[in-house]
Amino acid sequence: MIEEETNSRREFLEKSIVGGLTALSAASLFSSCHGDDVKETGEKVKLLSPDGTIVEVDSAYINTNIPELHLSEHNIREGVPGKKFVMVIDLSRCKNARKCKEGCSKMHFLPKERSYVKVEKMQDSEMAAPYWMPMTCFHCDNPPCTKVCPVDATYKLSDGIVSIDNNRCIGCRFCMVACPYSARIFNWGEELYGLNDAEAKAIPDHDACSSHKLGTVEKCDFCPQMGEKNELPDCVKACPNGVFYFGNEYDDAVTNGDETLQLSELLKTKAAFRYLEELGTKPRVYYLPPVNRLFPFKDSEESKNS
Amino acid sequence: MESDFKKEHEKLLDLTKELMPQKFGRTGVIWVISLVVIIAIGLVAYIHQLSKGLIITDMRDYSSWGIYISNFVFFVAISLVGSLISAILKLTHAGWRTPLTRIAEVIAVSAIAFAGLTIIVDMGRPDRMINLFIHGRIQSPIIWDVLVVTTYLVISTLLLFIPLVPDIALCRETGVNPSFWNKKIFKFLSLNWKGKKSQFFLVHKSIRILAVLIIPVALGIHTVTSWLFATTFRSGWDSTNFGAYFVSGAFMLGAGAVIAAMFLIRRQYKLENHITDAHFDKMGKLLVLLSLVYLYFNINEYLVPAYKMKHGEAEHLNDLFTGHFSLMFWSVQFFGMILPIFVLISKKGRKPLPAFLISIMVIIGAWFKRFLIVTPTLLHPFVPIQNVPDAWKSYNPTWEEWSIAFATLAGACLLMTIFIRVFPIIPIWETAEERGIIVDTHEEK
Ligand code: SF4
Ligand code: SF4
Repeated sequence: MIEEETNSRREFLEKSIVGGLTALSAASLFSSCHGDDVKETGEKVKLLSPDGTIVEVDSAYINTNIPELHLSEHNIREGVPGKKFVMVIDLSRCKNARKCKEGCSKMHFLPKERSYVKVEKMQDSEMAAPYWMPMTCFHCDNPPCTKVCPVDATYKLSDGIVSIDNNRCIGCRFCMVACPYSARIFNWGEELYGLNDAEAKAIPDHDACSSHKLGTVEKCDFCPQMGEKNELPDCVKACPNGVFYFGNEYDDAVTNGDETLQLSELLKTKAAFRYLEELGTKPRVYYLPPVNRLFPFKDSEESKNS
Repeated sequence: MESDFKKEHEKLLDLTKELMPQKFGRTGVIWVISLVVIIAIGLVAYIHQLSKGLIITDMRDYSSWGIYISNFVFFVAISLVGSLISAILKLTHAGWRTPLTRIAEVIAVSAIAFAGLTIIVDMGRPDRMINLFIHGRIQSPIIWDVLVVTTYLVISTLLLFIPLVPDIALCRETGVNPSFWNKKIFKFLSLNWKGKKSQFFLVHKSIRILAVLIIPVALGIHTVTSWLFATTFRSGWDSTNFGAYFVSGAFMLGAGAVIAAMFLIRRQYKLENHITDAHFDKMGKLLVLLSLVYLYFNINEYLVPAYKMKHGEAEHLNDLFTGHFSLMFWSVQFFGMILPIFVLISKKGRKPLPAFLISIMVIIGAWFKRFLIVTPTLLHPFVPIQNVPDAWKSYNPTWEEWSIAFATLAGACLLMTIFIRVFPIIPIWETAEERGIIVDTHEEK
């Protein structure tokens, strides 16, 4: 059962829906319910519980002061507790707006044309219609990239994320050739980033996600520093067409910021698939097929094949 | 009896004098200087790379491995010859191999040393190399490679050194060329060798053990090297055939390298009495056999996928057969494999000069073959290459990459040259044994 929320509550969702949906956070959310004299505001907020039912609570009961977990403070080799991040990309909505790329670039201090998200022009066969396919790192559950790393500089976390330790990576690039999805990029030289010294220094050190260290590998990191604050990654937020859904598998829910859907139901009813499933990499990113497209396909210069 | 031994020993010393390392002539000096210049240029390029990062190469996100890696594979391949000549031919009792063993072994040691160096050159963060030891994880084929290459280096060095000990002692004994350095180094390296029966017994025994040990390790280094590719999903690499394919190519390349080295050393040192036309004939035949085996694996490696033309593989193969890389591909297959078979199959073709020219072709072909294994595959990933600058869609090594690659090749050549200058390249006591001269003339005390 999928509850389609159409009213605009984007802002709230961005702040806390991912976490607000969890049984775990639900407990903390309502922690102030009992005994305390909370003044109800009258503004009702709908939340999706883990079993898929919708509960309505007064916004006053929402505890927005969820204690923050600084990623840099916990072990970067463990994931965000209580999370199993998952993404669903709806190919029928993508019109190659490339806002996800921009959002990602901004988030990660990458030059405009370089980001961890790719938007690929795909055409499955000659007669089939072309479509746009945004691709992040799939954070595979059976990741070929982490297997080959000689120094354990890239590894799988408990929250599903495949992470990189840019302070350990020796730059052998074996993980890049092992990833069948070409998800990884390399810091070939600082000049690629077009940052001057001051700008480069201004980049906050964020251990748990890809950072720029010369001669090491980088890729989409699923923005754990956002996820742990129950916020959405920038690519998800930036997309004007709601292509990306992000969420916590433990909650069985994903959201694109506008609507929140039950993950299992969505995957079932929309015939979701994972890219190159036959390789056995078990991606954590699902695709909804490009049927009943929202936009007609318009080719773009950037995607001319070589 | 005493005097008999004396006579035998005189013979041995005469042979030693004949085979002593000699000063270089003009060609030798020019050769060394050119090598040093090439190495110097490479060093400059490498310093440049250290300061700027790999941006100075033409490797980018898609062509993320380039000629450093193909050069590494080339080095590992060529080093297999040590095991071929010293071990396989020894265990099959091919007596004619004796004058070639040291040549093969010195090629092996130099090549494997520079293989290691090449990997460091390829690393984005060579300063963190220590992580391989602190954080090494056994599940990564790179760690397997590190382990097995180091083992191979150790065994090869022993196989080079142990038979050398008696020869060093002999060289000292002749008293020719007694420069200060030679005296000191030779004294140290001859390890108190007296030429006793028991000592020879030990040498024979250790060589035999090492010869057996080195075969699985040799197969190991190149099989594991092939797994750096075959353990991935990439078109052209995702093959169960890869280990055997690499090993067979390596033996072929190694045989070619020995022929080339034989020719040059024989010419420079006037060793026609030791490295005879018959050796070229035998090595030529061996090279034909090895080329045929390699041809067999090539047919497997290209024909079977080409028969199916699976999506992904098809793009890669079309690019090789008729596309961007076709000229290189067919030249390598023809000049580096087919033509050598046809030339060396005739007796005339196995004369020293034609065999030498063919072996040069084999070596150059083999280098580009490794390029063709690494680069075209990377340029045909599953996800189409889009949204990157056009220059990133192809791979054209920069002058820095070429200089560094050439410098490592020159470095290996220089190492061999220095060895030949300092030590006798034809095994003296083994040759003497072959000729029936008694070598262990010193009585046990
Ligand atoms: S998409 Fe590639 S880089 Fe990301 S987890 Fe899977 S194999 Fe690794
Ligand atoms: S490039 Fe870095 S992360 Fe990738 S395999 Fe090598 S050491 Fe590991």
